[in-house]
Amino acid sequence: MKYKLTGLIAGIASVTALSLPGLADVESKDPIKLTLHDWTGQFITTRIMGSVLKKAGYNIKYVQADYIAQFAGLKTGDLDVAMEIWETTGREAMDAATKTGKVVNVGETGMKAIEEWWYPSYMKEKCPGLPDWKALNKCAEAFSTPETAPKGRYLGGPVTWGGFDDERVEALGMDFEVVHAGTDAALFAELESAYQRKAPVLLWVYAPHWAPSKYKGEWVQFPKYTAECYNDPKWGTNKDAKYDCGKPRGPIWKVAWAGVQKKWPGAYKAIQKFNINNDEMGAMVGAVDLDGKKVEDVVADWMKKNQDRWQSWLK
Amino acid sequence: MNQISPQQKPALWQRPMLVVWTISLFILTIFWLFGKPYLAWAFKLPRGWQSRLRYHISDAANWLLDDASFFGLFTFTEFTRSIAAIVAVPYDFVLSIISTGFLEGVGSDAIQLLPPLSWIAVIFLVFALGRYARDWKLAMLAAGCFSYLAIFGQWHSSMITLASIIIAVPIGVGFGLMLGIFSYRFWWFDRAISPILDLMQTVPVFAYLVPILVFFGFSPVAAIIATVIYATPPMVRITILALKQVPSELTDLGNMVGCTGHQQMWKVMIPSASESLMVGVNQVIMLSLNMVIIASMIGAGGLGADVLASLRRLDIGAGIEAGLAIVVLAIALDRLSQALAHRPPDPHYTGPKRSLLQRYPYSLAGLAVVIISGLAGLVWAGFQRWPEAWSLTTGKSANEIVKFININFYDQLDAVKTALLLNVLIPFKRFLLSLPWPGVIALLGLAGFSLKGWRLAVLCMLLGLFIVFTGLWPKAMITVYLCGISVIIASLIGIPIGIMAAEWKPAWNITQLIIDTLQTLPSFVYLMPVVMLFRVGDFTAMIAVVAYAIVPAIRYTSHGLKHVSEDLIEAGVVSGCTPLQLLTKIKLKLALPEIMLGINQTIMLALSMLVITALVGTRDLGQEVYIALTKGDIGRGAIAGLCIAFIAIIADRLITAGADRIKTRLGLAK
Repeated sequence: MKYKLTGLIAGIASVTALSLPGLADVESKDPIKLTLHDWTGQFITTRIMGSVLKKAGYNIKYVQADYIAQFAGLKTGDLDVAMEIWETTGREAMDAATKTGKVVNVGETGMKAIEEWWYPSYMKEKCPGLPDWKALNKCAEAFSTPETAPKGRYLGGPVTWGGFDDERVEALGMDFEVVHAGTDAALFAELESAYQRKAPVLLWVYAPHWAPSKYKGEWVQFPKYTAECYNDPKWGTNKDAKYDCGKPRGPIWKVAWAGVQKKWPGAYKAIQKFNINNDEMGAMVGAVDLDGKKVEDVVADWMKKNQDRWQSWLK
Repeated sequence: MNQISPQQKPALWQRPMLVVWTISLFILTIFWLFGKPYLAWAFKLPRGWQSRLRYHISDAANWLLDDASFFGLFTFTEFTRSIAAIVAVPYDFVLSIISTGFLEGVGSDAIQLLPPLSWIAVIFLVFALGRYARDWKLAMLAAGCFSYLAIFGQWHSSMITLASIIIAVPIGVGFGLMLGIFSYRFWWFDRAISPILDLMQTVPVFAYLVPILVFFGFSPVAAIIATVIYATPPMVRITILALKQVPSELTDLGNMVGCTGHQQMWKVMIPSASESLMVGVNQVIMLSLNMVIIASMIGAGGLGADVLASLRRLDIGAGIEAGLAIVVLAIALDRLSQALAHRPPDPHYTGPKRSLLQRYPYSLAGLAVVIISGLAGLVWAGFQRWPEAWSLTTGKSANEIVKFININFYDQLDAVKTALLLNVLIPFKRFLLSLPWPGVIALLGLAGFSLKGWRLAVLCMLLGLFIVFTGLWPKAMITVYLCGISVIIASLIGIPIGIMAAEWKPAWNITQLIIDTLQTLPSFVYLMPVVMLFRVGDFTAMIAVVAYAIVPAIRYTSHGLKHVSEDLIEAGVVSGCTPLQLLTKIKLKLALPEIMLGINQTIMLALSMLVITALVGTRDLGQEVYIALTKGDIGRGAIAGLCIAFIAIIADRLITAGADRIKTRLGLAK
């Protein structure tokens, strides 16, 4: 066992030495703690970053932590790096944390979050005119349930995600009632259920996620988001209300404990340079969640195929 | 107000109270129907009246975090961090033994010096422990439980979870015992700790998760501390109760033979109370395992994280497998600890001198297996870790089953749901939300007064007013509605099951297995299939609450029926009762106080499920706590948590007072 382990370490060391001359010396051998939450995409981004840092000789550790609760740990340095903070769902918590000066925004991951009202393709027959949002009002009844009738039912994200859907419905005068799912899991459980029965459903779906690749469907097209729409009531069709447009398509950010830059400058630079796009991510998430592959294998595969890319992050 | 308490002169008070109730309800109805245009503030609290307490709490927490110190020597955070460091030592040790192996270095650079116990060794050890504690049957059960973990590929996560349980349970039991003994000895301590225990049991865990993270750091240790806070109170209560029930003959004997106070406690009272104390240990184990999911959100990892992650990708089968691993661990730990506690002491051995092997057969056999399997693991890794290729899984079959039900029976289920929702749930919710708060507070006071006296009345009204002035009244009413309906349904189902289980032995065995499972299977596991069949909303939340809160309704009912005095039953038989009459006229009547306590516990559990129901989109206090958690707002979470606790305390006090009155009337009171 021990012999095998030593061999393995020697092997890794030689690979590292071959591919990255001069990078084996790192600033600190303390483990860099990266947080893992509970969705596959985040597992993948974090493990890619972890693997890259490991190849550079850093000591790393994965810590299981809640998406929002982790900021308490990032402020104190109990946790070091969080790889995915979404513009729409995490912005508020991230801003609150960076304002203290104890957490820093390390920049975009390259992935763009899409979060919008979504319906399965079979609903197009029952509601011609989609994906334009104006069509929704004509067929609100088709989307209704006994509790909401005659209004349509729209399943929004958990209240903690924000998103201003209640305000949007009000501002655009839509005949819909917003029902908030409590969690991500509940949201997609409803979609799965409705999809199996080809039943009407209209809900909040986001990407990158496995759902848009598993289920056929489209995002509703609202008036395009602009900053004015969210700040200025006069903008848009409703002159008296904000939020009469779609949701912003925001970046997914990386954040870190403020001390990371000083303690591991090289690692910090690599985290800054980390970049991956939606399509790549969607494919990897699908490979895990739909094809049943293991996260570790998918990440190893990516590492093998993208050597040049991640090596450039370390320069 | 008259000073005569209702207990002393029930005959005199019965009628006037009825009159008071009728008049009050009448006034309230008038107020409710016609008062709104004149007294708008009674229906909706003006914004300016809301208390700013939640901001003060946040400020206080920040002060503790940043500035507070003990005489300038060390800060409060340093103090809490050092506690965390102390707890981390045994935790790391246990984790090394059963999961990671002994390491040199940290993080991904660590080098394994010594492998952890192999799966063979662990299974053999619990097997031997089972045999040692009772018999081969228990040994097989324990080994079977742990084999499940290996065969279904849950080993790695289970050992992480087990490590934190192994640390949390002794700490919880130890603290519980200490506090219990203290309360037994000093009446003032008993007085002081009682409300704190109430709060520990009723404030939802999510409400204090953020402060714990801040003060104890982000690690499995924080999760262990949260677990201990949640799981200790029953141990304290049971310790107090158990010590009080030690027969006075025994303590007299202790005094006569000249025991010191210390000896009296540890040599006489604790041993004789050990059976009751083990009930407390059982509760600590069960509640600790209840916390597995929440603990995984703050860094504990393990099975809880597996459950959450598999449900996020809607892999119901994987969620159930990981959830069942928690149940299996609970069953194994519970049965082993029960058996160890009831194990008769070894007969005093007087024969010829025995060899080491004869004296310690289990320990030595265990040691041998540990070493042999460890060495074998060096030759072939399969001896060390269960080979992945051999792992069983139910795969997609759970998803297929849910899909089948969904496609074929959705309409029928939906019809039932809609009928209940439109005819019962929604009208009840609207009714509660429309009530004016001064009226509700007045009714609470009246209930408290007529059940016990003015003290209870004042308590209920004060706690109620607290909720009013936090501005959370509407959410509190939704809470009452959701829990109220759930408790009624849980009682309607649970009490008959409890009766059946008490009357017919085979039913009890099955029932016990089911309620153990319901209590330890994370509700998240069955929540997602329920969402698929009933959509997000109150109905789904209600099912989850009923499934969890039904347990005490069953348990206390059957316990109460089984403990009805034999003499009275015999008297009934002699005077010619049919079995049905025996049940309804004698047993159920005498068991009524116990059944009421069961309902009381049902309410407590229903309230503790609120946080989980927030995950399926209810708009109650649970949601408020959940929002506060995700925003890291300590004050907001604390206030909402207190509101839940106060609802629980009001319900508890009123029901206990009611049960006491019935006991007095039946002549059962001590």
